[in-house]
Amino acid sequence: MKKNWPLWEVFVRSKNGLEHRHFGSLHAADEEMALENARDVYTRRNEGVSIWVVESKHITASNPEHNGELFEPAQDKIYRHPTFYELPDEVKHM
Amino acid sequence: MKVDLYNYILGIADNSLILGQRLGELCGHGPNLETDIACTNISLDLLGQVRSYYQYAAKIKNDNSTEDDIAFLRKERDYVNVLLVEQPNTDFAYVIVRQFLFDTFYYEFLNELQKSHDVTLAAIAHKSIKEVSYHQRFSSDWIKRLGDGTSESHQKVQAAVNDLFMYTDELFHQTDADIAMIADGIGVDTGLLKANYYSKITKILEEATLQVPEHKYFHKGGKQGIHTEHLGYLLADMQYMQRTYPNMEW
Amino acid sequence: MGEEKIKNLEEQFEARILRDEKIEPKDWMPEKYRKTHIRQISQHAHSEIVGMLPEGNWISRAPSLRRKVALLAKVQDEAGHGLYLYSACETLGISREELYEQLHTGKAKYSSIFNYPTLTWADMGAIGWLVDGAAIINQVPLCNTSYGPYARAMIRVCKEESFHQRQGFEIMLKLSEGSEEQKTMAQDALNRWWWPSLMMLGPTDAESVHTEQSMKWKLKRKTNDELRQQFIDQTVPQADLLGLTIPDPELKWNETTGHYDFGVIDWDEFWQVVKGHGPCNKERMKARVDAWDNGAWVRDAAVAYAEKKQERKEKKAV
Repeated sequence: MKKNWPLWEVFVRSKNGLEHRHFGSLHAADEEMALENARDVYTRRNEGVSIWVVESKHITASNPEHNGELFEPAQDKIYRHPTFYELPDEVKHM
Repeated sequence: MKVDLYNYILGIADNSLILGQRLGELCGHGPNLETDIACTNISLDLLGQVRSYYQYAAKIKNDNSTEDDIAFLRKERDYVNVLLVEQPNTDFAYVIVRQFLFDTFYYEFLNELQKSHDVTLAAIAHKSIKEVSYHQRFSSDWIKRLGDGTSESHQKVQAAVNDLFMYTDELFHQTDADIAMIADGIGVDTGLLKANYYSKITKILEEATLQVPEHKYFHKGGKQGIHTEHLGYLLADMQYMQRTYPNMEW
Repeated sequence: MGEEKIKNLEEQFEARILRDEKIEPKDWMPEKYRKTHIRQISQHAHSEIVGMLPEGNWISRAPSLRRKVALLAKVQDEAGHGLYLYSACETLGISREELYEQLHTGKAKYSSIFNYPTLTWADMGAIGWLVDGAAIINQVPLCNTSYGPYARAMIRVCKEESFHQRQGFEIMLKLSEGSEEQKTMAQDALNRWWWPSLMMLGPTDAESVHTEQSMKWKLKRKTNDELRQQFIDQTVPQADLLGLTIPDPELKWNETTGHYDFGVIDWDEFWQVVKGHGPCNKERMKARVDAWDNGAWVRDAAVAYAEKKQERKEKKAV
């Protein structure tokens, strides 16, 4: 039998109030081991209060070749940003 | 000097020292990087606990001894760890079974030690139990993986269980220091932990499809300083620097 | 893809790197970029895990509990760094198992310095001080390298490694403040590790085959000779502070250049060790192969158990 431990992606919340952030990857045979390994590998220096692990193959990623159609159309929608609107200087707190 | 208290502390700390030393030997040789890192973490936890215990013991001894004098400068017969923890890293099955049989005991033990009338010991126990709770989970999970994994792993881990089981009874033996400390409300009455211990390990071993050995005989002696031959080599290695270059600072 | 189109893509690719943009795993990249990165990142990862062995030797013999936990934590970090780097390498479409295979069959290289033996406790000091010192000089610029996963791994590595060199220097300092025997031990370690540390920064620029391309891809920001000079310039005053003598009679401050001049490096020795004839090449490789082979049944068991568990879960769900 020659099956290798699959790859997992590790997300760690550094402290409550912050989002989970991608920390890196590791190998593990199952989800319990993935969590344990993530704890041992990525939080040795007190880096986290919560861990998510997900097997890498379950992540669906966008294709960089489609970056043009996916992301460029948002570039000129400047009316979504507050700076698009002109207000007199007298108006404060808006 | 409170001799009984001093000896009682060594009785706890020596287990962590010798097991920490054994796990340290593995660093760099584990079955996978992730597992290597995990076993080293356990070793670091145990050695951290050792330092707290020995620092406290040194204070009680009150003759300018340091944690290192206690760790490195005793003779073979003065180490009072149980025989289980000095058993060698024969293979990963032995490493895991040794860990599992010890963690399960140590967790129950620390749980009681938290209630000790000695505030320092209670504080060390309170801090350590979180670490040991994790160790116990780690080793139990691996018992299940190896027991209920492949037929090869099943066979290997069963062999390790059969070999190491005979060292479990000693975990509950009580020395004179133990008895005195129990009477003072400082020590843990290990006799009360025994039934729970065996039912816990039986449950996990059965879940792992492993047989619980029906031993009629058990080995003991470590707590009286009568060890297996393995300890001498371990100490020769561990004490090498202190013995070769006495009275120096590092 | 037509040749024209590839050429076009390559130009765009090089332009992105020139603009300091990062390359990410799913981005198009020239095959040579991919291969070069697999080679360099895996070589780096292999060096971390083979590098655990010479220091791992002394964990069981560390002279105090404080030193023992520090050394253990340091060697463990090296396992972690190997892991980060293997993971970065895997994003280029090669598995960790394949990378191990390359290491175990001698196809992949690792830093030749780890083929030297650790004979005394002072070697733990010398390795931390000199080998990690040289490694940091090599590694810090890589936090800015063009391949995103590699750069991110290096940021983590550099952050964690900051204690390693201090750990080594502190050992040297304690020895140099100690007994005559300890001072001799420290000097002996410096004598043995100095030249291999200089070699660790790679062959001279004239002999180095990869430098130009590596500069372009930001796998390198300075040449080997520049890095070596930087290492010497920063290390000599530290040796003075320790009261130790660097084993190079030609070492001398040069007012004109503002750098230290130094003696000739024995490159024959370097190439010998690289080609597998160093003092410990065989032992190091055997230790790695044994760990991997002896762990096979453990890894297989974990996979088998995971599959059984999954099956039971599915059965339950039906």
